[in-house]
Amino acid sequence: MALLQISEPGQSAAPHQHRLAAGIDLGTTNSLVASVRSGVAETLPDSEGEHLLASIVRYQADADPVVGAAAKAAATTDPLNTIVSAKRFLGRGVDDIKTLGSRLPYNFVDADSGMPRLKTAAGIVSPIEVSAEILKSLKRRASESLGGELTGVVITVPAYFDDAQRQATKDAARLADLNVLRLLNEPTAAAVAYGLDKGSEGIIAVYDFGGGTFDISILRLNKGVFEVLATAGDSALGGDDMDRLIAQCIMERAGISDDADHQQLRRLMKVACDAKEILTEVDKTSFNIELEDGTFWEGELDREQLHILIDPLIRKSLIPCRRALSDAGVEKSEVLEVVLVGGSTRVPRVHELVGEFFEATPHSEIDPDRVVAMGAAMQADVLVGNKPDSDMLLLDVTPLSLGLEMMGGLSEKIIPRNTTIPVARAQEFTTYKDGQSALAVHVVQGERELVSDCRSLARFELHGIPPMAAGAARIRVTFQVDADGLLSVTAKEQETGVESSVQVKPSYGLSDNEISSMIKDSMEHARDDMDARNLREQQVETDRVVDALQVALDADGDKLLSAEEREELDIAVAKVKEVRNGDDWQKLKEAVAALNRATTEFAARRMNASIQSALAGQSLDSLE
Amino acid sequence: MAITLTEAAANRVKDFLANRGKGEGLRLGVRTSGCSGMAYVIEFADVIDEEDTVFEDNGVKLIVDAKSMIYLDGTEVDFAKEGLNEGFKFNNPNAKDSCGCGESFQV
Repeated sequence: MALLQISEPGQSAAPHQHRLAAGIDLGTTNSLVASVRSGVAETLPDSEGEHLLASIVRYQADADPVVGAAAKAAATTDPLNTIVSAKRFLGRGVDDIKTLGSRLPYNFVDADSGMPRLKTAAGIVSPIEVSAEILKSLKRRASESLGGELTGVVITVPAYFDDAQRQATKDAARLADLNVLRLLNEPTAAAVAYGLDKGSEGIIAVYDFGGGTFDISILRLNKGVFEVLATAGDSALGGDDMDRLIAQCIMERAGISDDADHQQLRRLMKVACDAKEILTEVDKTSFNIELEDGTFWEGELDREQLHILIDPLIRKSLIPCRRALSDAGVEKSEVLEVVLVGGSTRVPRVHELVGEFFEATPHSEIDPDRVVAMGAAMQADVLVGNKPDSDMLLLDVTPLSLGLEMMGGLSEKIIPRNTTIPVARAQEFTTYKDGQSALAVHVVQGERELVSDCRSLARFELHGIPPMAAGAARIRVTFQVDADGLLSVTAKEQETGVESSVQVKPSYGLSDNEISSMIKDSMEHARDDMDARNLREQQVETDRVVDALQVALDADGDKLLSAEEREELDIAVAKVKEVRNGDDWQKLKEAVAALNRATTEFAARRMNASIQSALAGQSLDSLE
Repeated sequence: MAITLTEAAANRVKDFLANRGKGEGLRLGVRTSGCSGMAYVIEFADVIDEEDTVFEDNGVKLIVDAKSMIYLDGTEVDFAKEGLNEGFKFNNPNAKDSCGCGESFQV
């Protein structure tokens, strides 16, 4: 008996049609997977009941890689084969990584591709492959928990990730055989989890204080779309620093020297971490620590003392907050909502000081470790189609129309402006000349009718079209924009299947102002554009008719036409050619129509002649 | 006869309804589809129609339309865990055959 989940009214899926979706928080230290079941987003635990999966992969010589707690346990004994924090190298070049710190304990191999690779017992692996192992482990957990294969996932990335880092994340997902519905910025996911996307429009600050890193993101919600206005952070500020300060305080008071052995230090860090956690609940905690000489030291720590220790750290995090606000060009008072993310925000003092800074009560109702994965799961649930359309959230739209250049320099729009993405549209095109074997595809963006007024995005050519009469070839051009705004254009000749394609990022380098001025231009020039378009279309039509007539005249003109008739046609052609170079499309249309009428008789004679030659020498029987 | 809900199932439904913030109860039903005839429907209910039968068990309203009632009478809805997977389960005395996966059934 299958296990069923409660659907929204009228949204029950047919058997075997359940579209399972998950959100994945692929973190530097820990990763999580979440899904929406019976309308509730929850993170999925493993068989031990653990929700967090340590983002650590251990490679072994003759066995499959181990991920998570088992790998973490080996981190100190087998550091070269146990890859920690692979996310820090994702999408980075070898040179970038050298600047991250020379203390990295791995054997980097210099690869030609510029991508850093690590030498392990199981061979050479890239950070993408390491991340893929983590994703595979989460995928397995999700499939087992949800009782089926995943239709698609949403993976979160830091807001500051650049295109290379995002692409690397997608590559890792592909290696793990996951269908990525979209990548979602981590702060946006947190805002979604709190339902802020359905709230009032305005500025949202997401304060993410993790174990080892701190990030602040300033978002703006506008018409259901979150825009990242600014990000800032400190990659070496986290909850671990709090633990270290508490441990140091204990050492001073207990008289433990700095050069105590490793095990003692690690034990102290654990005691400190526990104390920090206990003090989120109660006002006072006590210690009982065994010293090297076998005696015990007893001590106490209360909240006030804790605050004295950690306040400087929290205040340090407010510096990037101030910077992000000024980068975003917003005042503190404009911040509508503050969202807390990351385990360290459980410390009540963080809540207090952040609230004081932003003069608002921060959101902390959802487990700050899980909130990002939950937001991603909610988004995945929508994208996979499990929600009624009215609930569609976080739509991204194409800011400008996408199209291609047609004969005569006209732009043919394939995907209109304001289409929600992801989207795919296809249109068939054909050849313009007999025997044409190649087609140039010029991808443009903009609202204007003439290509010269639009923005050129890319050009590519399709070769290998089999020789055919003009208009006989069928070339299907597909425009596809994925959820991250990446456009790919493919041209495919239907007969032979030859194809060619290109990928571009249409929004790259375009500011909001440029986009709105491009749209405004198109409105102001609507009338001119229409005339220009009609003229170009008429000109293209004229050229086609004249070319075809010329070919026919060259072949049969002398045979089928008298000298006067021939002269008449030549005059008509000359007249059309004259009007063609003017700018009155209506006059041109009339001239072409006149030419068409003038050539009707000639066309009829040619038709007869070709039928006669086809029939010559055939008996009536063979035709029946 | 009636349709019932185990305590475990009732607790889950109450949680889900509270989380959703609205809803009269749980709508149960069947519809023709699937690989073996009938498929179960389990949805949140926002409206109760005139021809619906409403049961109340363990504090949860169970809403069943007249047509589905014939197929569901005597059914107990349970909440079960199988490995990592968890969800609702119909123990239906009317079902004779079900497809391999149990998502659809015949009477």
